[in-house]
Amino acid sequence: MISATATARSGGKAARSAGRAVDHGAWFLVLPALIPILVLSVGPLLYGISLAFTDAQAGRTEPTEWIGTLNFRDLLHDTLFWESFRIGLLWAVGVTVPQFLLALGLALLLDQRLRLRWLARALAIVPWAMPEVVVGIMWRLVYNPDAGILNETLRDLGLGGGHDWLTGLATALPAVIVVGIWAGMPQTTVALLAGLQNTPHELHEAAALDGAGAWRRFRTVTWPAIRPVALAVTALNFIWNFNAFALVYVLTSGGPGGRTRLPMLFAYEQAFRYGQFGYAAAMGCVMVALISVMLAFYLVGRLKGGEES
Amino acid sequence: MTAPRTGRAGRAGQYAALLCYLVFLAFPFLWLISTAFKPPRELGSLHPTWIPVNPTLENFRQAFDEQPLLQAAGNSLIAALAAALIAVVIATPMAWTMARRRSRLTTAATGWVVVSQAFPFVLVIIPLFLVLKNLQLINTLSGLIMVYVVWSLPFALWMLVGYVRAVPSELEEAAAVDGAGRLRTLVSVTAPLLAPGIVATALFAFITAWNEFFFALVLLKTPEKQTLPVVLTHFLGAEGVADLGPLAAAAFLATIPSLVIFAIIQKRITGGMLAGAVKS
Repeated sequence: MISATATARSGGKAARSAGRAVDHGAWFLVLPALIPILVLSVGPLLYGISLAFTDAQAGRTEPTEWIGTLNFRDLLHDTLFWESFRIGLLWAVGVTVPQFLLALGLALLLDQRLRLRWLARALAIVPWAMPEVVVGIMWRLVYNPDAGILNETLRDLGLGGGHDWLTGLATALPAVIVVGIWAGMPQTTVALLAGLQNTPHELHEAAALDGAGAWRRFRTVTWPAIRPVALAVTALNFIWNFNAFALVYVLTSGGPGGRTRLPMLFAYEQAFRYGQFGYAAAMGCVMVALISVMLAFYLVGRLKGGEES
Repeated sequence: MTAPRTGRAGRAGQYAALLCYLVFLAFPFLWLISTAFKPPRELGSLHPTWIPVNPTLENFRQAFDEQPLLQAAGNSLIAALAAALIAVVIATPMAWTMARRRSRLTTAATGWVVVSQAFPFVLVIIPLFLVLKNLQLINTLSGLIMVYVVWSLPFALWMLVGYVRAVPSELEEAAAVDGAGRLRTLVSVTAPLLAPGIVATALFAFITAWNEFFFALVLLKTPEKQTLPVVLTHFLGAEGVADLGPLAAAAFLATIPSLVIFAIIQKRITGGMLAGAVKS
């Protein structure tokens, strides 16, 4: 990897010294991608930020007006927004942490020479390839109060049944979190597994010969080797989960009584159900700010990790 | 790969754990398949069984009757194919530039790729909606394809940069010494070596567009224009009352293309993704 980058750099230098005409060529290679990015991504982003300071609404005929920070002040006092924010955090932590631990366990197992390993590997990929909408539908079938397999299994075990998991006030969020864990496990497992397979196994053996137990070997050999991967996937998973939409939209549409109304669902409702474009844009700005803070933490953590290793 | 020897009890524990994972991963999917093949009477039964007693294809027929599934699949196919092709065609030259030379532009592009991975779509979708509305591209596949192209660009660039780095730049330099221009070098030397990576990237872009829901939900209004994931949600009906059999059948069918493609490119994606997430 390092040597490849080094040659790439020297190649760049050679090309640069070859003359200015070559540099103009680079623009033609970059522009086909750059123009759509600017027009359909960076442009709307800036437009979106400006919308947050207006009273833009869907289907409004009179021109929109600048209202300064009014949307943000309203947002500050909007209990529904804070509730969705709280649920978003609960959901993001509730999914990311167990998902990481479960994926780590599975990755460690898949790193061993076990029969059926191929099957587990294949299965671990399935949730990744499925459309989120299908994952949502599938779990609705599992959770179905009458015809679902979960209640039937509970009945068989003598633990009652007939629970309305997705519409019960107390069970809805945990039920949705379980689906989130299931749906995101493949990426995490695969990433951790790749990290594990880069671990020098001689170190493992040496530690075992020295009489180190499994836990000690994990702490001193395995964990340091996979820590950068673990940090990266956890940070990205947390942010992705915080931004989740489709899965929960299909499972509960934010119900019951807003118990699973994640920030994205809240913003979607504000914009496309109530037509409050300006208000929803303001909320988007707040989300971007929060996620930037999370990203900053992640990048600082990664830089620190880089210094240590 | 020679892991230290584990005791017999340890091995048994490992197999027990693996079994738990297998059950957890497989059971929702098996249940979806089982439901898809059950006749209405078994679906209404209070004691559902794992294996349909009288398996039937009736749910599939009914699913096609209830919703315009074929049309929706066609829409999804057009949107995903177009998005994947355009994204790869415009991303490849840029990825090549990003991988081969350092400039302020490529640094900015790399930063954008990282940030866009974490971006909440709410802030972009409202202005996009307004812009596409002014261009009269709401409720059209063209509008959706434009959004999908840009949406899949970051990851496409990410994957492609990794593939370009894997092609030794000495080959390109040799071609340049032989008098080949930049474009010629790119087309006749680099592109053939990149081809497998480009195909993998295109397939991945295809799956992401095929599975995408949020943009399609916001931008497509009428059932004739909607893509498969959006049409699937129509089976859920109002207040979450659903016709379980056809719902399961349609959902099962919608998964097959992605599963097949994913099985083919799985290893390449993992490699590209890790290269991006960890090494960049």
